[in-house]
Amino acid sequence: MSDENSSKPPANAYWRANLIWVGILMTIWFVVSYGCGILFVEELNKIRIGGFKLGFWFAQQGSIYVFVVLIAAYVLIMKKLDHKYSKKN
Amino acid sequence: MDVQYWTYLIVGLTFALYIGIAIWSRASSTGEFYVAGGGVPALANGMATAADWMSAASFISMAGIISFVGYDGSVYLMGWTGGYVLLALLLAPYLRKFGKFTVPDFVGDRYYSRTARIVALMCALFVSFTYICGQMRGVGVVFSRFLFTEDMEMLFGWEQITWGVLIGMTIVFFYAVLGGMKGITYTQVAQYCVLIFAFMVPAIFISIMMTGNPIPQLGFGAQVTGEDVYLLDKLDGLSQELGFAAYTDGSKSMMDVFFITMALMVGTAGLPHVIIRFYTVKKVSAARVSAFWALLFIAILYTTAPAVSVFARTNLLESIPGKSYAEAPDWLKSWESTGLIAWIDKNDDGKIQYEKGDAFTGKPVYDDAEAGKNGERLLVNEPTSNGNELYVDRDIIVLANPEIAGLPNWVVALVAAGGLAAALSTAAGLLLVISTSVAHDLVKKTFAPGLSDKKELTIARCAAGAAVVIAGYFGINPPGFVAQVVAFAFGLAASSFFPVIIMGIFDKRMNREGAISGMIVGIVFTAAYIIYFKFINPAANTKENWWFGISPEGIGTLGMIFNFIVAITVSFFTPRPPQDVVDMVEGIRQPEAEGEELAVADH
Repeated sequence: MSDENSSKPPANAYWRANLIWVGILMTIWFVVSYGCGILFVEELNKIRIGGFKLGFWFAQQGSIYVFVVLIAAYVLIMKKLDHKYSKKN
Repeated sequence: MDVQYWTYLIVGLTFALYIGIAIWSRASSTGEFYVAGGGVPALANGMATAADWMSAASFISMAGIISFVGYDGSVYLMGWTGGYVLLALLLAPYLRKFGKFTVPDFVGDRYYSRTARIVALMCALFVSFTYICGQMRGVGVVFSRFLFTEDMEMLFGWEQITWGVLIGMTIVFFYAVLGGMKGITYTQVAQYCVLIFAFMVPAIFISIMMTGNPIPQLGFGAQVTGEDVYLLDKLDGLSQELGFAAYTDGSKSMMDVFFITMALMVGTAGLPHVIIRFYTVKKVSAARVSAFWALLFIAILYTTAPAVSVFARTNLLESIPGKSYAEAPDWLKSWESTGLIAWIDKNDDGKIQYEKGDAFTGKPVYDDAEAGKNGERLLVNEPTSNGNELYVDRDIIVLANPEIAGLPNWVVALVAAGGLAAALSTAAGLLLVISTSVAHDLVKKTFAPGLSDKKELTIARCAAGAAVVIAGYFGINPPGFVAQVVAFAFGLAASSFFPVIIMGIFDKRMNREGAISGMIVGIVFTAAYIIYFKFINPAANTKENWWFGISPEGIGTLGMIFNFIVAITVSFFTPRPPQDVVDMVEGIRQPEAEGEELAVADH
């Protein structure tokens, strides 16, 4: 998304750090669900873990676990960022 | 004690609990009524969000649908959970920081436009109404199946389902109108506990029975007890023997699976009754934390459901095909008597053939004047020419689970209470969005800005009351298209709310002209596509005619993409948004001061 840096720098650092983390986490989000669960499901199905074909497991189990972990990670990251940047203000 | 008494007892107790909570948490101001005073703890809000989100469809129907479509069912599992990542990372914290009460509030202020507010308001009302009609029907179905027997003499001679809807309406009316968001939130917490317990108990028992593993999530990847074969391999084999597709392979095209999953994810993140829950917490950080709790609580059910599907499907394919009616398990007969199973002996051999295809057209219509040769209920439906003789309603997978597993009667009663909790909690959350939209967005912000808080609260209560009655009416007389409109609700949320909110936060250059034209293009395109294939020309609703192979269920994704493209293009050729709006966007991007608690906006 386009974003002109028209305003003050200190606040922008918080926002930029936030955007970078959101970008990283959203990439993982896309890879586990749309990548592993849909686009590459057939290739991954050749690999097996116990009784699960890996692609099928990602589509019906793994992606959901990763979603939960992603939100937990974001909560912790933002807690740190909030702490770091709200002190300065 | 028999099932009937257990059901009365457990359902009665849970209802008493809900009403007790409603009395304890009455709302006294609009702030409390709309967003519970903005003071709900993150954990409680997470639980309430989970109950709000998981409807009768998630509780009763989803495991059944997956059971019959296998891998293709992943669209619901990923679609209805992945949206929470979008909510937590892209929407909820910023909307909470912005404050106010509703999505139309945000759209109206961010795009400095009454038109934008009204378009958003209409979408919110439409989405919520489509959704709530289905919930009321769900309440009626659960009541009529568990609380009343088919031959029971009903008061005034009304149908069982009518009474079911009426009782459900009364309960919801009571705690939604009295308690507002505050009452709803704490009842939803209780409802979550009831529904998750009711879902997990049978699942755990069946997992132990079939694989020896008490954790269903692991059990369905384990070996079958006493056999040297993995459960999923066994199921793939059984399915293919009978001419079905292998369970772990899908039959939908990859393109369609991709687009449907995306539409459901984005639609989830754009549903007003989900978004509004994040206005009820104290702080921005609490909005993120409660999104985490919400998804965790949802994930418990959503990772168990596919396991239940596999257990039930294996059970069904193992115990029914090729058996004679006389030696078929008892649950087959008891669910046949409720109309969820039907058997038509096409080749007259007394055995149940179960293969790919419908046994007959439409839902079963029985002719109970006399029983069939084998004691089965006879049907008046026209049989199809394929070899399949069995009709199985998908809801049976969850409903009959306790019986199939031979669990005690109180577990069956628990499932009834769980189904009711799921339907009632979602219905109440939707009612609140409707009443808030009417009282706050429509009356207060559009027609009567000078309205006092007390009067607004009265209007909100009346609106909630009126909405219950309308939803109840459609629950009793469901329009034939209820199932079809659900695609609508997600498609519209995906193609209107989601892009408009995202751009409002992440693109400072986005202006009124861009947002409105984007919303209109997104909605009109999505609605036109769905209406064409679902209502105008249903015969053409096949892969060959779809654009790029995208079904109407997944078209919201394309609508969303068009919305983004049009909005960004238009905003480049029209004036920048005014400075105070740019400042506002800058404001919601700032870290919140330590220890800061956001007040609920006074207006």
